[in-house]
Amino acid sequence: LKSARSQKLSGAILVNGALALIVILWMIPVVGVWISSFRERFDIATTPWWYVFPHRDWVMTKTIDPLQAGLDSNGLMNVEGVTATFEELRAGIESGNKRLIWIGNRRIGTIQVQQREWTTTANLNLENYRQVLDSRPVEIKHADGTRETVRGDDFSSALLNSLTVAVPSTVIPILIAAYAAYGFAWMRFTGKRFWFTLVVALLVVPLQIALVPVLRDFAGLHLNATFLGIWLAHTGFGLPLATYLLFNYIRALPRDILESAFIDGASHFTIFQRLVLPLSIPALASFAIFQFLWVWNDYLVALIILGPDPNTRVVTMKLAAIVGDRGQDWHLLTSGAFMSMIIPLIVFFALQRYFVRGLLAGSVKG
Amino acid sequence: MAVPGQIAEDPQGSVGKAIARLLSIGLSITLPLIAFFLIYQGFLFLRAGHAAKWVMAVVAIVWGVGGVAFLYYFLNLLAEKLPLKWTARLQPFVFVGPAIGMLLWFLALPAVRTLYISLFGRNGPPAVPLSMLFTSPGAYFASLSAGFVGLSNYAAVFTDRLMLGAFRNNILFWIGIAAPLTVIAGLLIAILADRSSFERLAKSLIFMPMAISLVGASVVWNFIYEVNPPGTPQIGLLNAIVAGLGGRSHGWTNYTPIAPWNNLFLVIIVLWLQTGYAMVLFSAAIKGIPEEMLEAARVDGANEFQIFFRIMIPYILGTIITVTTTIIIFTLKIFDVVWVMTGGQFGTDVIATQFYRQSFINRNAGYGSAIAIVLLIAIIPVMIYNLGQLKEQETFR
Repeated sequence: LKSARSQKLSGAILVNGALALIVILWMIPVVGVWISSFRERFDIATTPWWYVFPHRDWVMTKTIDPLQAGLDSNGLMNVEGVTATFEELRAGIESGNKRLIWIGNRRIGTIQVQQREWTTTANLNLENYRQVLDSRPVEIKHADGTRETVRGDDFSSALLNSLTVAVPSTVIPILIAAYAAYGFAWMRFTGKRFWFTLVVALLVVPLQIALVPVLRDFAGLHLNATFLGIWLAHTGFGLPLATYLLFNYIRALPRDILESAFIDGASHFTIFQRLVLPLSIPALASFAIFQFLWVWNDYLVALIILGPDPNTRVVTMKLAAIVGDRGQDWHLLTSGAFMSMIIPLIVFFALQRYFVRGLLAGSVKG
Repeated sequence: MAVPGQIAEDPQGSVGKAIARLLSIGLSITLPLIAFFLIYQGFLFLRAGHAAKWVMAVVAIVWGVGGVAFLYYFLNLLAEKLPLKWTARLQPFVFVGPAIGMLLWFLALPAVRTLYISLFGRNGPPAVPLSMLFTSPGAYFASLSAGFVGLSNYAAVFTDRLMLGAFRNNILFWIGIAAPLTVIAGLLIAILADRSSFERLAKSLIFMPMAISLVGASVVWNFIYEVNPPGTPQIGLLNAIVAGLGGRSHGWTNYTPIAPWNNLFLVIIVLWLQTGYAMVLFSAAIKGIPEEMLEAARVDGANEFQIFFRIMIPYILGTIITVTTTIIIFTLKIFDVVWVMTGGQFGTDVIATQFYRQSFINRNAGYGSAIAIVLLIAIIPVMIYNLGQLKEQETFR
């Protein structure tokens, strides 16, 4: 009996340990970006992000000016009890816990005496975020006290654009789909079966199929690069799923409640507004979160409908543009990526229950 | 006597009624006109886009949502004003009409139009006014046939070297490797989480990448794959490990010596993103397995592997099929990750990146449309399955 218990215990340790390992593995990429976004531009480019944690590294204890010390960089030099050429010093000479290294070029460089110590490279501040958010030039303060004026990347207006795109693109399809779902569930009309079959068939249609014709229509209506255009597009692309989900929910509402309202003489419109909408709030919320995240995170539709116009550029496009133009500017990429994630993450963690409920009800978009 | 008496009794009332009726008719015409005028002004205001950003945003939201709400209210009012018979006939279309209209405009008709465009050359069908079909049908068809290429775009799709590479990547790496890996990882993590003592936290953290955009995820993983020249400190995690083990740093998604296996580094990103989805669905399915069933199996001496393969898997088979199909559809259409990470270079092209390049960069509408149609055809089996499910459910009893 005792061995069974210890077996159970070791099993529990194994399960929890394995899961903890997986969770840590899953979080490392995001944590790395998150930590990096607070680091100095120079630090990000030259040292790994985990150097903000204590690690063993060479730390300078003394610098020697070769000219003052009377050393000839073209010949053998005798420094701190070591004799070496410039090339050897350039590569660094280690002896025990000490290292000599030549920093800079042959004529005006200096020799550093370094020691291996526990250290951290943690100059954390919000300067990257200031630079990424501001639309005007910003004065950045570096950790060493120097100041620099840099161009702002204007993520704040990209965030505003994303919000402007995402909120109506979430609410409008919900309104339209809720009416349609009620119509399909509780009204009688010719061709009902046909139209609902169309809704289900369109559930998985890849939206790539629609982009070229829609873009042509928009060009004719002068809707390219307008918010109105992208709301309409997201509404159209989100409707099959919205209608299907809400239909499944609204159809399952108790029949006697609606029927007694009919007998009391209420019209369809009144029943829909006073009864069905309030009763459907959980389903509406599920879809709303799903659609909001989808629109916020969308790249393809924005790329094609909104195009490169900086006035309407959303966060995903802004971020992708920085990846393309300045893929090495990690201080901008990390803080920009985090700005693009912050709102969906808040929505996600605050309303996760509804999101999961939506997924379980079949929220998967074509 | 009563009839004239009534008229004489109430002359003012009937005039008043007439005026009231006129007024109500007048109002019910002018108010919507004013509303439509406001909506149109809002539209022009937004299209011009001169105002301050936040003003635009607020106006945009109020205008968009208010406009749609007004549309329904107005259309319904019209329908309810009609005789009862017509109300019953038309009101359903007030409810479902806008949705059907949007679906037709944005999905159903475009599919047909894309099919049509795919039969033409790079500029698509020539712009000939439809009226010509009636005035001079000969000239109409002559100018149409000028750009008509038949199925040769499709022939090109299935012979072009770049397209064949894209098909290989979609089928081998995305459907063949990414999808099953995601399903298996999701299932294993769901089972682990089910038995752990911090299930909620673990699930929520592994699920979290679902909230992140594919572009954001690409930045996150670019950082993991970042490469610095050999000998300098590696800021990318993967190269830091390689350097730590004494290797030479190199790129990952663009590491052509191992081509086409560099695609696996893109697959990892999608695995990271989608496992949470699979896990959540499997987790719910596993919780649906009756506890007595598992207990009975244990009492009968079944070990954990037998329980997993003989009881759990068959029990959640439906969920496994759903999750697998969903992820296959997702991977079939994969675009953002590839486009942002590599731009389709280094042999990582997929169908959707080829579609984008041909349609919007090379401006070859016919060829791009043919690629889109191929994508649609690939998804048709799933569509048919969905419709079969619908029929089985007997939705309209």
